[in-house]
Amino acid sequence: MTTVYDAGRATTPAARGGAAPFRGSLLTRQRRRAAWLFLAPMIVVLSLVAGWPLLRTIYFSFTDATLYDLEYHEFIGLLNFYYLAIDPHWWRAVWNTVFFAVVSVSIETVLGMVIALTLNAHMPGRGLLRAAMLIPWAIPTVVSAQMWGWMYHDLYGVINEIFLFLGLIDQPRAWIADPDLSMYAVIAVDVWKTTPFMTLLILAALQLLPGEVYEAARVDGINPVKVFFKVTLPLIKPALMVAIIFRTLDALRIFDLMYVLTGNSRATASMSVYARQQLVDFQDVGYGSAASTFLFLIIAAFTVIYITVGKVNFDQGSK
Amino acid sequence: MRKIVAAAALSAALLFSGGAYSQGDPGRVGIAISCGSVGIEFQVCSTGVEAWAKATGHRVQLVSTPNDSNERLALYQQLLAAKSGDIDVFQIDVVWPGILANHLIDLREFIDPKVLEQHFEAIVTNDVVDDRLVAMPWFTDAGLFYYRNDLLEKYGRPLPTTWQEMTKTARIIQEGERAAGSDRMWGFVFQGRAFEGLTVNALEWLDSFNAGTIVDEQGEITVNNSRAADALSLAASWVNDISPQGVINYSEEEGRGVFQSGNAVFMRNWPYAWPLLNAEDSPVRGKVAVAQLPKGGPDGKHTATLGGWQLAVSKYSKHPEVAADLVRYLTSLEEQKRRAVVGGFNPTIDALYKDQEVLAANPFFGDLYEVFVNAVARPSRVTGVRYNQVSAEFWNAVHATLSGQTDAKTSLADLERTLDRVSRGGRW
Repeated sequence: MTTVYDAGRATTPAARGGAAPFRGSLLTRQRRRAAWLFLAPMIVVLSLVAGWPLLRTIYFSFTDATLYDLEYHEFIGLLNFYYLAIDPHWWRAVWNTVFFAVVSVSIETVLGMVIALTLNAHMPGRGLLRAAMLIPWAIPTVVSAQMWGWMYHDLYGVINEIFLFLGLIDQPRAWIADPDLSMYAVIAVDVWKTTPFMTLLILAALQLLPGEVYEAARVDGINPVKVFFKVTLPLIKPALMVAIIFRTLDALRIFDLMYVLTGNSRATASMSVYARQQLVDFQDVGYGSAASTFLFLIIAAFTVIYITVGKVNFDQGSK
Repeated sequence: MRKIVAAAALSAALLFSGGAYSQGDPGRVGIAISCGSVGIEFQVCSTGVEAWAKATGHRVQLVSTPNDSNERLALYQQLLAAKSGDIDVFQIDVVWPGILANHLIDLREFIDPKVLEQHFEAIVTNDVVDDRLVAMPWFTDAGLFYYRNDLLEKYGRPLPTTWQEMTKTARIIQEGERAAGSDRMWGFVFQGRAFEGLTVNALEWLDSFNAGTIVDEQGEITVNNSRAADALSLAASWVNDISPQGVINYSEEEGRGVFQSGNAVFMRNWPYAWPLLNAEDSPVRGKVAVAQLPKGGPDGKHTATLGGWQLAVSKYSKHPEVAADLVRYLTSLEEQKRRAVVGGFNPTIDALYKDQEVLAANPFFGDLYEVFVNAVARPSRVTGVRYNQVSAEFWNAVHATLSGQTDAKTSLADLERTLDRVSRGGRW
């Protein structure tokens, strides 16, 4: 499964269009050679740990290989993809993943923005807050998912205790068992975990903004809301786009969160969970690889969009 | 990449596992075994393994594996598909021989046929694939019905013999206890999470209603029948009535947590829970008893799903004969007896169910002998390599009914269609 994961990240600077092929001075050429020399180890390592498994996965997706015996498999063309296309559970998984990605990234962006703006204001204890915020981001997802699993527990969970105490619910709820609630429970954990990441990226962008602009705005007596939409937002937009796209790529290949919280339950299964189940539980390497390949294509498409859109953003700034 | 991950996980497991090392002389070899992963299961296995190591002079390493059986199978399959000899002896579930047979050696030449005859025939048959003995029975398991006899007494209720009666009794006691101040009291907990354990539970409901075993011996898909629908409808009615809604996300341990803390009247669980419920620090110690699972109505029958674990030797082991000797030792009568006395593991050897020491440690072994012998097998033999898929489709269908998304009839009709597709028209 992991074969697919970091494919989105494997965009080397070379993919950004190398330097124009002009015959420079001897020094320039030497420098270029040296640069390639320095890059070589990374390229070799990447092709070994990311490229090879990826190609193997794509190859398997056209075969009927099983874990029962990997040696003997036959080429079956696009049959796996055909079966994938007619499987309602797969489309359910696609929908789950998209829904999860859109909702969680939107909430994280808004929350991250609010927190970053707050931290950007000069207030006491800012450094401490910034460090404390990183804790959810620092805990491995598997651990935090398990932790939240206990917190969500219908009988002993602290979440029910708090909500009952506050009078938000009248009886304990089974947050991760109830199919109507479980997706939102998963999204809540993701928001808790990755909002700090958003916050930090936005905060970094905010800290770089020139102070004079704000001075001028204050002198002119423009109201803060207008300043935010007319000045702050356009200026941090490039950084914000990077953050959103990174998070979206992450969210599209989400696996551990759902798997730990709700297992293979179809109410929350993401594309990665589906692919893993076919590959590992059902030993169907061919079919599972087809699902993985499909997921890879989606992420690759996103990456291409990111590179093209990202370029526009970085080079010309916003419109 | 998957192999790398598996290998990394395994190396970590090897690094941190409490390997039993005895300084063997040269010519002695090292064997790695995976048996159990946590708590008493791991301890009891490790004691047995150390005894063998001392007797033979070989070195043995215990590899800790995931506790969840689906996860464990995934790890095993990755290792075996990569032809890795890192683990020599595997502890495999009763439904895995068909899935893993290809990677396991035939144990017939290492096991005395007379010894084989001592074991339960049904389990031995289960472990023979294409006329090869790919695994040795180690301990057996069957679903049991745990109940709070103090509460039954308090409310003057007899032990329920049918599921319908159980539902009524559970409701009476639950309401009574809540009125008396235990507002967390529930009637019945079981394994309702979407995993193999739900297949086990639901098969017990079906079979107790005489509704067959999903797929029959001939490979015919029999699951879509009215008795099965009745069984599932009854089970679905428990959720939010006598069972907490969270039960549809419980595996064995979550349910035991509720029962052991005194918050449930009835529980369906494996025998492993017995010593834990009666441990020194257990709040329900001495208030618990065990019986066969209820029947599906007056015309139904008492039944239990066959579980249990076997030991198998990997084809890729560097020392298959030494590994097989370890398997022979661990599955022997003496060792099974020790494990039954110390850990409450059900032997797979008939004679031990009449053994005084074993019965003293596990009083219900004698009364429930029939349950263990007549347990109903999951359809893993007939469905072979596709068993996991069949099971997953089944537990998902049951789960959809329990969580109230679809009614039992619709679920079963859908399941029949899906299984027909999975089996390519019943040809498996």
